[in-house]
Amino acid sequence: MSDKNMPRSYDGPPDYRNVGLHGMSPKTTHDEKSRFNFLAHLNRHLASEILPGVKTAYETRVEPKNPFPNHRNQVRKALLEDSLFQHWSALRRGTMELRQQAGRWVTLRQANELNSKAAEMTKDDPRLVLDANLDIPKYLSSIDHHCMPGSYHDELVPGDVTGAANYDVGIFVTTGGGLGRFSDGGGQAVVQWMQKNRPDFAPKRILDIGGGLGQNVVPIAQAYPDAEVVCVDTGAPVLRYGLARAKSLGVENITFVQANAEDLSRFPDGHFDWVQSTMFLHETSVKAMPKIMKESHRLLAPGGLVMHVEQPQYAADMPLYEQAIRDWDAFYNNEPFWTKMHELDLDQWMVDAGFSRDELVHGGVAAVVDASLFPEHANDDVEDYGRKAAWHIVGGQKSDAVKEAAQ
Amino acid sequence: MTEAIDPLKLAGAKPKGKRPYFLKDPDVERVLAVTMALAQEVAVMRERLDTVERILEEKGTLSQSDIEAYNPPKPIAEARGSWTQEYLARVLRIYQQEIEALDNVNEPSSEDIGHELGAE
Ligand SMILES: C[S@@+](CC[C@H](N)C(=O)[O-])C[C@H]1O[C@@H](n2cnc3c(N)ncnc32)[C@H](O)[C@@H]1O
Repeated sequence: MSDKNMPRSYDGPPDYRNVGLHGMSPKTTHDEKSRFNFLAHLNRHLASEILPGVKTAYETRVEPKNPFPNHRNQVRKALLEDSLFQHWSALRRGTMELRQQAGRWVTLRQANELNSKAAEMTKDDPRLVLDANLDIPKYLSSIDHHCMPGSYHDELVPGDVTGAANYDVGIFVTTGGGLGRFSDGGGQAVVQWMQKNRPDFAPKRILDIGGGLGQNVVPIAQAYPDAEVVCVDTGAPVLRYGLARAKSLGVENITFVQANAEDLSRFPDGHFDWVQSTMFLHETSVKAMPKIMKESHRLLAPGGLVMHVEQPQYAADMPLYEQAIRDWDAFYNNEPFWTKMHELDLDQWMVDAGFSRDELVHGGVAAVVDASLFPEHANDDVEDYGRKAAWHIVGGQKSDAVKEAAQ
Repeated sequence: MTEAIDPLKLAGAKPKGKRPYFLKDPDVERVLAVTMALAQEVAVMRERLDTVERILEEKGTLSQSDIEAYNPPKPIAEARGSWTQEYLARVLRIYQQEIEALDNVNEPSSEDIGHELGAE
């Protein structure tokens, strides 16, 4: 291959070796990095070369036989009969399984080192608050989300962090590097949104619910270094790994707490100025959501903000074909609540949780990345429905009655 | 403490949740999965060979640790990325053809045309 005479300008994924390393990063061999490179390319190929063909197949031979669908499930069921959709799906599912295997191999072969390192880095640290008696909610325990064996909470051995490490190393593959060096493009985007839209906001306490291993809360903690940040999750492995990772990145103001976001009674009313969730609600349930939203509202201080960041909702003006493709992860990538979550009227849920309509906040953000190394959403016209690094914000700002009365 | 972990066995573990099959014959889907895993390993090998060539070209000698530490500068990373795109276009060519055929569903086959040409 000749570098100087490249026949086309390059617009594919960056090399995996651009991924940022931190103190918990698993070691990867040359070939393991190459494997991640290949898988990022394969995902990209499926999205940019084959998925557009699925759309043509839908328009030319599926829809004519199944005209006037009135629900995305009808579209999906019709697509299931089409051979191109079948093959694209088989390849996409298979690619996810290869990605899990590649990441698990990397982390499990060095399980001992990773687990000891995490133990060492979090030992006696009051910023790791675990609760061995916490019940894992059924919506998490009954299926392994995105085909990730063991999910966020299972431990192969006491003190295990390998599942979290696998999530960390492999997320590059699914998004083709779209989340940036530290897979934190979402968190960086939220910070940018906040600085632009609420330049004077100076939160003293920030809560991230379903924060996982903290990839997206670290940039928030960095942007508000004087804030006390709490990352809540049900999974002990992600929390252990998260604290060690954050510390190794020089971020000292996050406490990682094992708890269920449906019941955060350990914190008093009005304790937080900002309650954040990033790509979280779609992994809960219709029963859990009102509790989570009520808790978030209760915990919010006057003047404070709740922000939920998710893929766009299935609004009435979104074509049913697009809804059906966005739903793929719900049915075929173990994201069972994804479909229901995306049809809900989140505004109404926020109102039911205690916000008034005029307190609601809406916005859109795309991953903020180091564009010299990573692909930017803004310059990327490949639409990998449901996985593109671009999201909607649905939030609420509690009015500051005291301040307003004083004015 | 981690004696219980057998990485080889556990790396490929099945996730909880029944696996969906999409193709009309699940055996074909299995063969497709094996084929793509092999395609992955060929790409891994090709990238390694590329690394070896580049180190040799630059230094004239080679060690395992050179290979492990190799980090391609951006133009080289992009050339390698382009190769992978080209490679995938080759491996998955049959899908490209099927997609192109969607634009012309009533396209006559050679047999059809032969009948036409042979007709008196
Ligand atoms: C897709 S991950 C997102 C992680 C993180 N917010 C990010 O942006 O990287 C969803 C997380 O929500 C957690 N989770 C799901 N339900 C929860 C609940 N009821 N309480 C706390 N955490 C929960 C899961 O354990 C998982 O770590």
